[in-house]
Amino acid sequence: MKKLSPKTISRLAPWLLTLFVLVCWEAICRGFSIPTYLMPAPSQIYTTGIELAGPIMEHATHTLLTTLAGFAVAVVVGAVLGMIVGSSPVIYKAVYPMLVGFNSVPKVAFVPVLVVWFGIGTVPAILTAFLISFFPVVVNVAAGLSTLEPELEDVLRSLGASRLDILRKVGLPRSMPFFFASLKVAITLAFVGSVMSETVASNVGVGYLMMSASSSMNMPLVFAGLIVIGIMGVIMYELFARLERRLTGWANRGQNAAH
Amino acid sequence: MSFVEFENVSLRYSEGGPKAIEDVSLQIEEGEFVAVVGPSGCGKSTLMKLISGLKPPSEGYVYVNGRQVGGPLSIVGMAFQAANLLPWRTTLENVMLPMEIVEPYRGQLRARRKEFEEMAREQLKRVGLGGFEDKYPWELSGGMQQRASICRALIHKPRLLMLDEPFGALDAFTREELWCMLRDLWQQQPFTVILVTHDLREAVFLADTVYVMSKRPGRILVKRQIDLPRPRELEVTYTDAFSAHVHVLREAIGRVRES
Repeated sequence: MKKLSPKTISRLAPWLLTLFVLVCWEAICRGFSIPTYLMPAPSQIYTTGIELAGPIMEHATHTLLTTLAGFAVAVVVGAVLGMIVGSSPVIYKAVYPMLVGFNSVPKVAFVPVLVVWFGIGTVPAILTAFLISFFPVVVNVAAGLSTLEPELEDVLRSLGASRLDILRKVGLPRSMPFFFASLKVAITLAFVGSVMSETVASNVGVGYLMMSASSSMNMPLVFAGLIVIGIMGVIMYELFARLERRLTGWANRGQNAAH
Repeated sequence: MSFVEFENVSLRYSEGGPKAIEDVSLQIEEGEFVAVVGPSGCGKSTLMKLISGLKPPSEGYVYVNGRQVGGPLSIVGMAFQAANLLPWRTTLENVMLPMEIVEPYRGQLRARRKEFEEMAREQLKRVGLGGFEDKYPWELSGGMQQRASICRALIHKPRLLMLDEPFGALDAFTREELWCMLRDLWQQQPFTVILVTHDLREAVFLADTVYVMSKRPGRILVKRQIDLPRPRELEVTYTDAFSAHVHVLREAIGRVRES
């Protein structure tokens, strides 16, 4: 048998692990004859998923768009807020406790408030996705900006650079790797937010689909929903990871530096 | 009046705090090469902050070019022990950074970019970095990064170059190479140099005048003219005259450390 190169192995590894987990899952469900209404086997989930592919896709698309809308708002608000917070130590001190406090509040507790304000449906879901995912963006952008080397700042200031110059020439480029790293975290959190809100207060989306499926004890459909969310999350994460590698390759020079 | 003049200058970093330097008076002529040596923490770097206008003196007056220093001066170029190159810019782009900040270059950059880039390439060639313009900083060795950093400090044709232990992190052979590079640059284009260093041989080899500073609060204890003929070759460091200078300075430093 030909030996696989380490590169091939590391490319195959995630698929193999997924396959292994699915096989174990299937084996346990069958071996212990676990009833479907408690824990459906992957094969049952798959069958249900194919059967109901149309409605699932419809709800999933809705969830995806909701998530992306909330995420987009989070990126813009997070980046701007991060720049403001990161560029001034005083604002940093002033804003941080409030930000941390706000982030500690479970967003699910916030959904009823949003429903009172905006009614049941897409708007609370977008807002929940936004609220839950903007925090990492703020923190990372602020951290990137506030870690400027004092000597470099001296060089620039002695040349007569304004605060804005320093921000544009050094601060922002330097915080880009932090920013893109935060996008990966934020997009997955945005899914958590939108699905959570759909579960509590909506009549469209994967969250709603799972909620109604579980109330009729259709467990394979619930799990199909979970898996679809998971897959969407992985795809979006991978997308932003690629974007990060492409745009801020200089920050990851350790792995592929020329020697 | 001399090009750089200190009149009984003291500086406290905080109100009522200890003095970093105390009652320093010195005159530096235009085109002079000055080295400042002393035990660590003696306020050598403070001198640089005062001259470049990054800190106002607590007492006394600092004049540069006949005027009292009131803020950052664009006739000053600086380089430090850490090269502080921006990792997302190529060597050439790093060297061009001051041109994007200092007037009058800044205003003309759009129209005359080609010409300025040519200047930067020239400068890089002069320090032996020809062919490395498009490399990123992490692709350069420590000595090459420091060469680029000095290029950056000189690109806007400052009349005063300030160096804070620029060769401190380099190995002995690279360091001697860079001494010669700095010597040649200084002899080709006239500018005034203030070199802060721990290395007495470096100070004697390069400088016209060496100042020895005391422990905190920093005061000027010894001013020594180095009358070795120029141009100096590395060979000169093995002569008796050279050793005599180093010896005298070493004794002065020894007294400071014991006191």
